[in-house]
Amino acid sequence: MGAIADFLGGPDVVIAIVKVVVAFAALLVATLLTIWFERKVIADMQARIGPNRWGPFGVLQTVADGIKLFFKEDVRPRYADRWTYGLAPVMAAVPSFLAFAVIPFGDHVTVGGERVDFIVSDLNIGVLFFLAAGSIGVYGVVLAGWASGSKYPLLGGIRSSAQLISYEIALGLSLVPIVLVTNSLSTVDIVAAQAGSVGNVDLFDGTFLQGVSELFEVIPNWYIWSQWPAFLLFMIAGIAETNRAPFDLPEAETELIAGFHTEYSGIRFALFFLGEYIHVVVISAMAVTLFFGGWNGPIVDEFLPWIWPVGWFLVKTIAFVYLFIWLRATLPRLRYDRLMWLGWKRLIPASLLWIMVTAVVNVNPEGVDEQTLRSIRLAVFGALFLLVLFVVAKGDPRLKQVVTPERPRSRRAQKQGVKSGSS
Amino acid sequence: MSLPAYLPILFLLVLSTLFAVASIWVSSKLGPRKWTVAKLQPYESGIVPEEGVAENERFPVKFYLVAMLFIIFDIETVFLYPWAVAYEELALFGLIEMGVFVGLLVAVYVYVWKRGGLEWAE
Repeated sequence: MGAIADFLGGPDVVIAIVKVVVAFAALLVATLLTIWFERKVIADMQARIGPNRWGPFGVLQTVADGIKLFFKEDVRPRYADRWTYGLAPVMAAVPSFLAFAVIPFGDHVTVGGERVDFIVSDLNIGVLFFLAAGSIGVYGVVLAGWASGSKYPLLGGIRSSAQLISYEIALGLSLVPIVLVTNSLSTVDIVAAQAGSVGNVDLFDGTFLQGVSELFEVIPNWYIWSQWPAFLLFMIAGIAETNRAPFDLPEAETELIAGFHTEYSGIRFALFFLGEYIHVVVISAMAVTLFFGGWNGPIVDEFLPWIWPVGWFLVKTIAFVYLFIWLRATLPRLRYDRLMWLGWKRLIPASLLWIMVTAVVNVNPEGVDEQTLRSIRLAVFGALFLLVLFVVAKGDPRLKQVVTPERPRSRRAQKQGVKSGSS
Repeated sequence: MSLPAYLPILFLLVLSTLFAVASIWVSSKLGPRKWTVAKLQPYESGIVPEEGVAENERFPVKFYLVAMLFIIFDIETVFLYPWAVAYEELALFGLIEMGVFVGLLVAVYVYVWKRGGLEWAE
């Protein structure tokens, strides 16, 4: 072991390689299980059985599908741009793996005197790296659409690039408040800031609610309580970022055949889906990391203390993967102009507003006493509440437009009309 | 010895790229290859497609407008991140500065909205 470690450049490099291989294998297995899970859950929701042939409860169905796709013909359509067409699936799959690198999936374990943190790499710009890796995935979609040399993929590719960059802004803005309250871009710091329980926060001290704050000892100190608007914005933009229902416009099989991957078959097609499902897992894991305390959990036993945080992390992530599947089974696809309307006219102003609200609430100027600060915060929340009420009450004017279509005449009336017209 | 933070990410990049390229290569060796003229036609719902679709196609200018607006707002997002990291030190000064910046941005945003730049379909 020591000799191998020295050959590779010290134990740190060995640890890094092991972590990378484990994370990579875990993501592949997660993809297989997520696809199976989705097919099973949606089958249940539609009163079907779903895959049940391969392995217990059909759990090996995805493996069977994958092997089948390996043996399929590798077709490249006539007008396709050779290299770009080949590059696009790789460009779609690889960034999703990279985005997982900054997600802490457990605490740490000491092996042979070396501390091993359960994260591929704790970058000091973790959140930015996650956003960057996610947006590189857009290239895969755009290039696939352009390089296929066919009409439907081209439309799907251009559409999806417009969609993805629109939601990219809201996604980026929705994470700024989290960075603002943590004062760090590192995901490890963000998880550390959510340790413990809400009881540590002296928000209600000195008010009549002091007794209530003791009840808060059992509630974990997650960002979801104070940052739920950011969480909602993150989830909406995140689902749009993964190209999944109700934002699966790039595929839109009812109007664009299969969107950007119409001309793709065999293993290249599989790579697009590998990228998509890993993206689902990564967005779920990121939601857990940023808003639901990451690997923090209520119970950490003496028996294998390092496996408990990993378990908590997995449980929370699976809950979010389930949410993705649930949404796909429930919601119809948005119309394209409604999609752009939601992104540009609602999510972007809402996330900007929430950044400023968080900034005002968290400002700590010198020479201002606590009482004044508290009244400022109350005033801000009150104003925000009124604004939300106003927007909700006003609604979308276009939904209220009354359109009275010309009433189609019945067939008999038409015939009579023709008769009376001709006579 | 501390490891450069980006080395594991480089490993992951190499590993996942190798995996993707290798699976395409293996599949091309394992699968059959019987290309026919009809099979290589671009898909167009059964009718005979016209030639050179991608090269000559023109797009609504809206897509380019969205791209330009995206760049403006994305740069603004990049501005917000360092500000958010240093917010504790900047305190009231940072709040006012960012208030001015976001205020200007909102003015531009309202202008674009009123001019119909954000409308997708009439």
